Amino acid sequence: MRYLPLTDTDRAVMLERIGAESVDALFADVPGEHYLDGPVEGLPLHASEMAVENHMRRLSKQNLAAADTAFFCGAGAYRHHVPSTVDHIIQRGEFLTAYTPYQPEIAQGTLQMLFEFQTQVARLYGCEIANASMYDGSTACWEAIVMAARLTKRDRILLSGGLHPHYVSVAETMARFTPGHVDYQLPVLASDPGDDALIARIDEETSCVVVQYPDIMGRISDLPRIAEAAHEKGALLIVVNTEPVALGALEAPGNLGADIVVGEGQAIGVGLQFGGPYLGLFAITNPKHVRQMPGRLCGETVDADGKRGFVLTLSTREQHIRREKATSNICTNSGLCALAFSVHMTLLGEKGLTALAAENHRLACKAADRLAQVDGVSVLNESFFNEFTIVLEREIRPLVRELTDKGVLAGVSLGRLFPDGDGRENGLLVTVTETVTDEDIEALATAIEEALA
Amino acid sequence: MPRYFTEEHEWIDVEGDSATIGITDYAQEQLGDIVFVEVPEKGTELDKGAEAAVVESVKAASDVFSPISGTVTVGNAALEEEPELVNSSPEEDGWFFKLTVSDAAELEGLMDEDAYKTYCEGLD
Amino acid sequence: MNTMNQSGWKPGTPVPSAGEDDYPTATGNKALMLEEPLLFELGTRETCGVDLPEPAADASPRLGQFARKQPLDLPGLSEPETVRHYTRLSRQNYAIDLGLFPLGSCTMKHNPRLNEKIARMPGFADVHPLQPVDTVRGALGVINELAHWLIALTGMHGVAMSPKAGAHGELCGILCIRAALEARGDMRKVVLVPESAHGTNPATAAFAGYEVEDIPAGPDGRVDLAALKQRLGPDVAAVMITNPNTCGLFERDMKAISDAVHAAGGFVYCDGANFNAIMGRVRPGDLGVDAMHINLHKTFSTPHGGGGPGSGPVVLSEALSPFGPLPYTARTKDGVIHLVEEENADAFSAEHFDGRMQSFGRMTAFHGQMGMFTRALAYILSHGADGLRQASGDAVLNANYLLRSLDDVLDAPFGDAGHCMHEALFSDEGFAEGMSTLDLAKGLIDEGFHPMTMYFPLVVHGAMLIEPTETESKATLDQFVVAMRSLADRVKAGDETLNTAPHHAPRARLDEAQAARKPVLAHRKPETD
Repeated sequence: MRYLPLTDTDRAVMLERIGAESVDALFADVPGEHYLDGPVEGLPLHASEMAVENHMRRLSKQNLAAADTAFFCGAGAYRHHVPSTVDHIIQRGEFLTAYTPYQPEIAQGTLQMLFEFQTQVARLYGCEIANASMYDGSTACWEAIVMAARLTKRDRILLSGGLHPHYVSVAETMARFTPGHVDYQLPVLASDPGDDALIARIDEETSCVVVQYPDIMGRISDLPRIAEAAHEKGALLIVVNTEPVALGALEAPGNLGADIVVGEGQAIGVGLQFGGPYLGLFAITNPKHVRQMPGRLCGETVDADGKRGFVLTLSTREQHIRREKATSNICTNSGLCALAFSVHMTLLGEKGLTALAAENHRLACKAADRLAQVDGVSVLNESFFNEFTIVLEREIRPLVRELTDKGVLAGVSLGRLFPDGDGRENGLLVTVTETVTDEDIEALATAIEEALA
Repeated sequence: MPRYFTEEHEWIDVEGDSATIGITDYAQEQLGDIVFVEVPEKGTELDKGAEAAVVESVKAASDVFSPISGTVTVGNAALEEEPELVNSSPEEDGWFFKLTVSDAAELEGLMDEDAYKTYCEGLD
Repeated sequence: MNTMNQSGWKPGTPVPSAGEDDYPTATGNKALMLEEPLLFELGTRETCGVDLPEPAADASPRLGQFARKQPLDLPGLSEPETVRHYTRLSRQNYAIDLGLFPLGSCTMKHNPRLNEKIARMPGFADVHPLQPVDTVRGALGVINELAHWLIALTGMHGVAMSPKAGAHGELCGILCIRAALEARGDMRKVVLVPESAHGTNPATAAFAGYEVEDIPAGPDGRVDLAALKQRLGPDVAAVMITNPNTCGLFERDMKAISDAVHAAGGFVYCDGANFNAIMGRVRPGDLGVDAMHINLHKTFSTPHGGGGPGSGPVVLSEALSPFGPLPYTARTKDGVIHLVEEENADAFSAEHFDGRMQSFGRMTAFHGQMGMFTRALAYILSHGADGLRQASGDAVLNANYLLRSLDDVLDAPFGDAGHCMHEALFSDEGFAEGMSTLDLAKGLIDEGFHPMTMYFPLVVHGAMLIEPTETESKATLDQFVVAMRSLADRVKAGDETLNTAPHHAPRARLDEAQAARKPVLAHRKPETD
């Protein structure tokens, strides 16, 4: 077998040193009735590289790849062009096959990269400190909620209706097993994101208000006003961002009153991959809160010769030291996705991110204008970045399925995200990134026109 | 001014109804480089044996327990900026907090300096 | 947060001689060992490595009132500078591609490149998680095929695929247990965890709202069955056991433990971090396990990537399977693989499971680590049932070979108890005064090896836990033995040069106390600039 270097001669020599008859004899501690004599039955035996590749390719061909369509899906996962350099760097063995950098003398590559990543995320979010990543946006969101509860010693969690429903589900699941209780109302299909109603629900028991920016319908909430209302009652504002490219065009949440900013970093450097692995981003505006932060942190220090170097630090917050008193049980993070994010962000820089955001917004405006011309279609949003909601006079989900036959992935139907109806089934979230062409926009509009005709 | 010691390696100085509490030289030695100390806020009511403070080295975090009951009058603010005081001066400048003694009888079970010294020798 | 600690050191800044550098260079570089400044010292806000259209001057944005006003202050690099920056950084890393990575409990095995190629096929890499289900049949097929393998290899009933990593999988398993208990109106409060467990175990139980109590180990390094039995009762929700355990030993009494826990009304959680030792030879389902996570990034060769991403599917017993998270996939008799999410969960359960499915909810957005599933499945198919069995055998053989090649020079606390599993455990007994496990480990760096797991498990003084994995050749192991035997001699002789090792790494020992006292967690421009 190509992954196993030992030869039978090696095995014999090694067994002799060990003083064992056979490899099976090494498993003497396993009670005989539970030890399998041969390969697990009913499973295939080993296969060549070519055979495995062919098998997997057959499976992959049963999926409709985004590149083969006019593609408008978003809602927390975004298709951007990832420069070839990103994939080249993350496949370097020294990054790909390294462990968590617990031995800093021989892990400065990963550590310096994480320090740079943390700085990039903090600046993007307008925050002071960012950690070295979480699993994804939805779990980062829950970790932020738990952190807010620790800081405020309160347990009412107020979620905005504009929060991604998967993130809401994760919070509701986790809250069932903790003292926290979730206050969440489904969003209304309207151009107003409902900030007034949200603010009215903040009270003295509220530990945090969680607002997505831009929200699940692409709308943009008045963060400073919500922040003020939250802070007045002693609650923290957690802002969730699922599309970091938006922050090339929109003000950073940390500059608008957020206490904790979390989000999904996938859009920069990490492909769609059917939902994972993704990249949770987590940052705070008040450095005093750092000891309540979850996840790994990389910090600057010096080595014994006086050279600058980097180490994982403030580890006493973490599970391997604090055990049941840790701030989180998180152990692995998304190191390689953080590298992909960081490389892509380095290639972009401020100039590139600003230009990329402008191009996304320009195309989104163009698509919104074109769709607004279609009879029976109205655009919900007054403001948006690269994602907006259109409303039809009929349920939109069957239409989305229908359009796939024409090579158009028209977007994410709100009916899929919010199965409970109430008008939302008529909404479609349309996402337009720089990967969308003018022809794609025309294909989408024409396909909807034909379907509605 | 009598100084008492606990088996958890805290020391207590008692002066009238006021007590000052810190960790011993032996304890700081065991912990290594102290990087962070969290002391209780003024007004915190502590029962004997309650978790009162946290002391952290690079690789370990330990709770400091209140050896007697009382109300915290002040925490050592200097430790926030200079946690290394606990290493350099554990039994003087590196004190943790002061509290008002609510029951002087609780002091009776504690060790004096000689008894503590013997106790530490037994641990090595 | 604190600019005081910015060291001011940059590549090129002269370094006070440590006494060993007889041939200093003007740049601080040493031939192939190149020092690399921070991105923030290299890049500018005007530089960009991607060609994008200039923003139109006449655009009429619809961003609302929060169009960005403040600068981002994110430096950019051109493409060649970017490649060079990260390539130079990469060379300061140790990696499996470079050499043996004997981290106990981490299973740092070879990462086949076929896996990488497959994960990048457009049908896997370029597919959105919320595309209509009919356009992602192949993705559901991958999830289902991998699930089938995991169930078969573990002898369990079902599997939850969405957990993002091992610790997330632990949480999934514990939440299944809690949901199952609650479904029968049983509000147990305590989870028992052995002292030797990974830190994630107690952290997970606490995160899920449980009180954590230690279970003592017996003198042979295994769970003390009698003590455990005595502690079991109506308040114990679960026992979390690692098998093989973190001392590298198989828990011989596992079935008896499970039976006792079940008799007391609790559930058995098995930490599957060490599944590589028994893959294809022992099925945890046969030992009475109710839930076990599998680290695809350990046992099934998906890359560690410098700390993730991982993937932690959880196999479940029949009693727990109904409570697993959403979404899940299920193949019906007609061969169709269904995606079950919030919207169709109740209806699907009613139609296909007589209403038994009572998911505890969603743990993460979307479907789990698809990019890891494709890699793990490629690895599993490559090995097949026979290859996986050979892999666990070679992993255990390699560990025992190291144990018996070193136990005459290093103390092996359980060495007399028989063979170890996939990792060999040593203690610091016999080291000279002033010499520690850390010193030996840092000396190993100079010898060209990554250190072993140190000071874990906590139950052994100065523990050194060595897991070679099956993908190391005998020649590599023999060289490692040479290094270890030399280091063992040196720590026993009190060789003080080890106290300051490593001497040949890109950095000497780093000041971790300073890093933690005055944390500098993001770059600031030095104030003197």
